[in-house]
Amino acid sequence: METLRIEQTDDSPQVILDQEDNQFELSGKSLPEHVVDFYQPVMDWLNKYSETPLSKTIFNIRLIYFNTASSKLILDILMIFEEMVAEGHDVVIRWHSLRSDDDMQEAGKEYDEMIDVPFEHVVYDK
Amino acid sequence: MGFTGESKGFINYIYDRYKNLRIKDITLVFEGQITHQVMKALTGLVEEQLDEVEDEKVLRRVYHVMVESLQNINRHAEAYEYRGHPYPGMGLVLVAKNKERFQVTTGNIVEDAHAEEIALFLGKLNNMDQDSLDDLYKKQLREGAVTPKGSAGLGFIDIRRKTGNLLDYSFVSIDKETSFFIFTSIITR
Repeated sequence: METLRIEQTDDSPQVILDQEDNQFELSGKSLPEHVVDFYQPVMDWLNKYSETPLSKTIFNIRLIYFNTASSKLILDILMIFEEMVAEGHDVVIRWHSLRSDDDMQEAGKEYDEMIDVPFEHVVYDK
Repeated sequence: MGFTGESKGFINYIYDRYKNLRIKDITLVFEGQITHQVMKALTGLVEEQLDEVEDEKVLRRVYHVMVESLQNINRHAEAYEYRGHPYPGMGLVLVAKNKERFQVTTGNIVEDAHAEEIALFLGKLNNMDQDSLDDLYKKQLREGAVTPKGSAGLGFIDIRRKTGNLLDYSFVSIDKETSFFIFTSIITR
């Protein structure tokens, strides 16, 4: 599958979806003006990928900020992975949060509770 | 639809309420069209001013409350009409602090029918405890859809649950159909 790379801006995250290099990542800040339009290509890519995924997919989420509108789209992305898990595929969501950012850690735990996909919670220092 | 009265600065609507604020308490005041670019500029300005002088957690919450409150104006404010020209997304923001807390106040025009809905909803949020707020957030996250304007209906709920403080709101009647909505969030330092 063709790799999807979106460079980060001051209001939108970096996206790397690379099946060949086994790299799947969403990082940075997410508060784009047109949140649905921004995430549409990401959703399209993942929906297509979910048909013939790698034997194990590790999706890294390393956000430093997301607004509430983005939180809905993040859930939509996670639901694609939930569907993959339900179909028997091996998926891990690795949720990275800054040690001092309780709200980000809490957000990861909330998604973990809401979604039937194995989560790994990683805390990092600056 | 919209405010067609004389040109009265929005700041007048909140002046009485906040006239005790001293200049040194005020981090930011802005009145004008709240576009996405303006939202980014204002939040960036506050981030820059508070960086390294304010606790990171407090700063992150002030930033988040500003983003959500300003995006509400950007998406929902009724247009302000002056001499036949509509000015969509007009609003006001005031960020102020004292020893104990930050306050983020926003103001914008709303239709009275919508004002009632907002008041009911904010009143409901103020009567909920932390667990019910978290449940409501998750329910809305799961069941709500993002509107074409980009709203997920989560902003007020998230401000209330993340700050842990009561939401302060009031409406000042402008004319028969519209009111000025004043909304204040408190972030404990």
